[in-house]
This record gives sequence, C-alpha cells and structure tokens, in this order.
Amino acid sequence: MEKLVNDFSFGLFFWQIILFVLLLLLLRKFAWKPILNAVNDREEGIKDALAAAENAKKEMQNVTADSEKLLKEARAEREAMLKEAREIKDKMIAESKDQAKAEGDKMIKQAQAAIESEKKAAVADIKNQVAELSVDIAEKIIKEQLANKDKQLKLVDDMLGDIKLN
Amino acid sequence: MRKPFLLKFLLAAVLLLGNTAFASDSDVEEGKDKKTEIKEFIEHHLQDSHYFNLYGTTDEHGKVHHVGFPLPVILWDNGLQVFSSAEFHHGEEVAEINGNHYRLYHNKIYKTDAEGTITYDEDHHPANVRPLDFSITKSVVMMLVTGLLLLWLFSSLAKSYAKNNSIPTGIGRFFEPIVLYIRDDIAIANIGEKKYKRYMPFLLTIFFFIWFLNMFGLTPLGVNVTGNIAVTTALAVIVFLITNFTGTKDYWKHIFDPLGDGMPWYGKIIIYIILVPIEILGLFIKPFALLIRLYANMTAGHVVLMSLVGLIFIFKSWVGGPLSFGLSFAISLIEVLVALLQAYIFTMLAALYFGFASEEHDHDHGHDEEAELAHL
Repeated sequence: MEKLVNDFSFGLFFWQIILFVLLLLLLRKFAWKPILNAVNDREEGIKDALAAAENAKKEMQNVTADSEKLLKEARAEREAMLKEAREIKDKMIAESKDQAKAEGDKMIKQAQAAIESEKKAAVADIKNQVAELSVDIAEKIIKEQLANKDKQLKLVDDMLGDIKLN
Repeated sequence: MRKPFLLKFLLAAVLLLGNTAFASDSDVEEGKDKKTEIKEFIEHHLQDSHYFNLYGTTDEHGKVHHVGFPLPVILWDNGLQVFSSAEFHHGEEVAEINGNHYRLYHNKIYKTDAEGTITYDEDHHPANVRPLDFSITKSVVMMLVTGLLLLWLFSSLAKSYAKNNSIPTGIGRFFEPIVLYIRDDIAIANIGEKKYKRYMPFLLTIFFFIWFLNMFGLTPLGVNVTGNIAVTTALAVIVFLITNFTGTKDYWKHIFDPLGDGMPWYGKIIIYIILVPIEILGLFIKPFALLIRLYANMTAGHVVLMSLVGLIFIFKSWVGGPLSFGLSFAISLIEVLVALLQAYIFTMLAALYFGFASEEHDHDHGHDEEAELAHL
C-alpha cells in the first residue's frame, strides 16, 4: 500500500483526467455519435425493409388469392351463361315448335272453315241452279204437257184425284 | 484482414524485439548479480519514465547507452519550470533550471542543492522536496498516441459510414461488431434500453482506451500505462463522478434508505446505523475495486512476462532457454486475452454501476450480477 501511494504520480493523474475527458468529448462528437447513428439508421432501415418485404409478400398473397377468386368467379359465370344459353335455346326451340304448331292448326282450321263455307256456297249455288233448272224443266214439261187440251184435263183430273186422296 | 496481421506483427515484435532489447540491456555487467539486475529492470519498466527509451546497450566498460528520446519536464515549483529531460542525463547529472537544482532519483524528480545531495529519512526514503510534476512522461505520450490513434481510427470509421451507405469497410468490419457488442451486451444489458444512450460514448471510449493501452503494453515499447496506479485511479474517479452525478432519486434513496417503506422508522434507525455507512462506503469501494483490479492485473501480467523472459538469462542453458521462451510465448498469448478481458471487465462494471445509478424502480435484481462479477 505504501508503495502504491509512493508510486502515485499526481501529474500523471492530472494528465489522464484531462486527456481522457478531451478524448471522450472528441470521440463523442466525431466518432461515437456518427457511428451509433449510422448503425441505428441501418438497423431501422433493415427492420423497415423486412417489414416492407413481409407486407409485399402478404399483398402478393392477397393478389394471388384475389385473382384466383376472380378466375373462379369468371369460370362460374361462364358456366352459368352457357347453361342459360342452352336453356334459352331449348326454350326457344320449344316455343317456336309450339307456335308453329299453333299456327299450323290455326291455318288448318281456317282452311277447313273456308272449305266449309265454299262448300256451302257451292251447294247453295248448285241448289239454286238445280231449282232454276227444275223450274225451267218443269216449265218446259208443263208447256209440253199443256199443249193439248186432253192432256190439260187429264192433269187436272190427276191432281184432283190426288187431292181427293189426301 | 489488417487486424490478424497487426496482431501477428505485435506478437512477433514482443517476442523478437522485446527479447533482444532485453538481452542487450542486461548484457552482463560484470560483478553485478543477475537476479537483482533483472528485478531492477522489471521494477524500472513498471514505473513511469521521463524518457522514451527504446532500448539500451552496455559497452565494454559497463557503461549503459540509452537509445530513445527525452521528454519535456513540466514542474510547478514557484512558477512553471519547463525543460527537457535530457538535462538529467538519465539521472546521472543534476539539472539546473532558473537557479533551481533538480535531480532524477528512481524516476522521481527531487529538488536538491547544486551537488544533487539526497538526504534520507529513517525509512531510507528521500527527504528532499518533490515539486509538483506535470511532465509529459512516457505514459502521457502513450496516452496521447492512443488517443490520436482512436480518434483517427473511429472518426475515419464514422466517415466511411457516411460514404458507404452505413456499411463498414476495411478495419471497420473488425471494430463494428465490438461497438455493437458494447452497445447490446454491455450498455443495454446493464443500463436498460431507455437510458443507455447517455453512457455509450463513455463506455466505448473507456473500452477502446484501456484495450489499446493494454495492447501497447505488450509491445516492446515497454509502456505500462494501464498498470500505473495514477492512471487507473483517474479512470475510476471518472467512473465515480459519472455514476454519482447521473444518480437518480431512487439511487440515492437506495443508499440512504435501503429498506424503503417496508419497515417503521423506529425499526430502521438501529439497522441504519450500520447499513447506511456500509452503503456510503460501497460508493467508494466500487470504483476502488475497479482501479485496483486493472492495476493489479496489468502489473502482474508484465511482471510475470518479464520474469519469464528474464529466466532465459538466468538459466543460460539449452533446456532453460527454450523452456522459458515457450512459457513467455504462452503467457504473451494469455496477456493478449487479458488485455481484452480487463478492458471488457472495466467497461462491464462501469456499465453496471451506471445501471444502478440510473435505475428508476426496483434496485434489488442487480446485486446478483454484481456478486457474480465481483470475483473477476
């Protein structure tokens, strides 16, 4: 202990304090602060970059999921559209068939009706002509028959005879 | 890439130059006991010096020639006295400055008469007046060199960050992990995320300062700065001042009222008569342990290393020589580790004390760590 106290040099102590404090201040200003700041900044940067990468990954996953979803939707839509189209086609075909049938029936009916009416008209016409002809024939016959008296009388007799019978 | 080379270079230098310097210095001065000579050499080496000696040689007449350069002597003796230490002629002559006579005796400057008489007291200590010595000694020079080296190294590292997009280049790749280790495992671990930033400049400076000086101590320059009690005291005083000036209310409460509100005041008084003085003593013991630990470790390392090298000149045989060479080589390697370890421990404990001082709530969990580290 005595040796230690004896060895103690106040001058050296003094210089050590002065030089160390000076060194501390200089290093703090020119070295430690810039170094620690740079390291901190770099660490922050790395942290940010990692977070950004993670975000980007997540976003990418989202985008992939979205596009898959869209694709699925589109596919479903296409299916639905195709199905609908098929249905419409079938429906249209059926409808047009029905319509055609109905139209045909209607036309047939109309034709039948026309035929009927024509037939009636023709029959009526024929009847008229027959009537006229019969009248003409009857006229001619009567004229013929009534050309002589005998015959006229006979007719009257016949007729009267018919009436009596009645 | 530069660091391993540097390390190898330093090691080689320690082993080659150190040994040769030693050899030339202790080249037999006839009649003088070898062991005493080595002992004196080691003692001389451990002390601070007013010369920057690189090596010394002894000529055939037994006269020692020193190779090195003198350093300025600054004394406070009725005004500032500044002169070159060359005036002392390695303690052989009395320097006369402005009518005052000074003599260098065992690396210390005493005021003497014109003949340089040293009077002794009953304990064989010189009784002459010792003027206040603010000389730029070898240790101060090494501090300056280390300081400038640190300043250059780390400010260029800081600049390289600015240039290279915050990516370290060159030697920065070696130092950056150390800086980060000090931040993450020393500062944040002991002080906490919230307050560590205030202490970072000090912790980084003290770590690299001690480490570099320890490493310089292993070079053949023969400096022993961190093994000097005045240097470690100064560092410990700075730690003490920072600890207590940044102490929070809780820190002081822990010292003067360690039991807190858990006990009525009349119960505490009896305990506190013993407890509070112990706590106050603890304030001083902590930095004292710091200064003794660093001083003792570095001094012991130097003594062991130099004694082992000295053995070569005592044995002077084909067995003893290589044996002590191998041993000193092994110890040199261990000393490289110790240089780092002691810097780490000093920084770690300083951070621990700062942690106690800046803690705001519960102080009790820190004690285990302290006990764990105390045996280091």
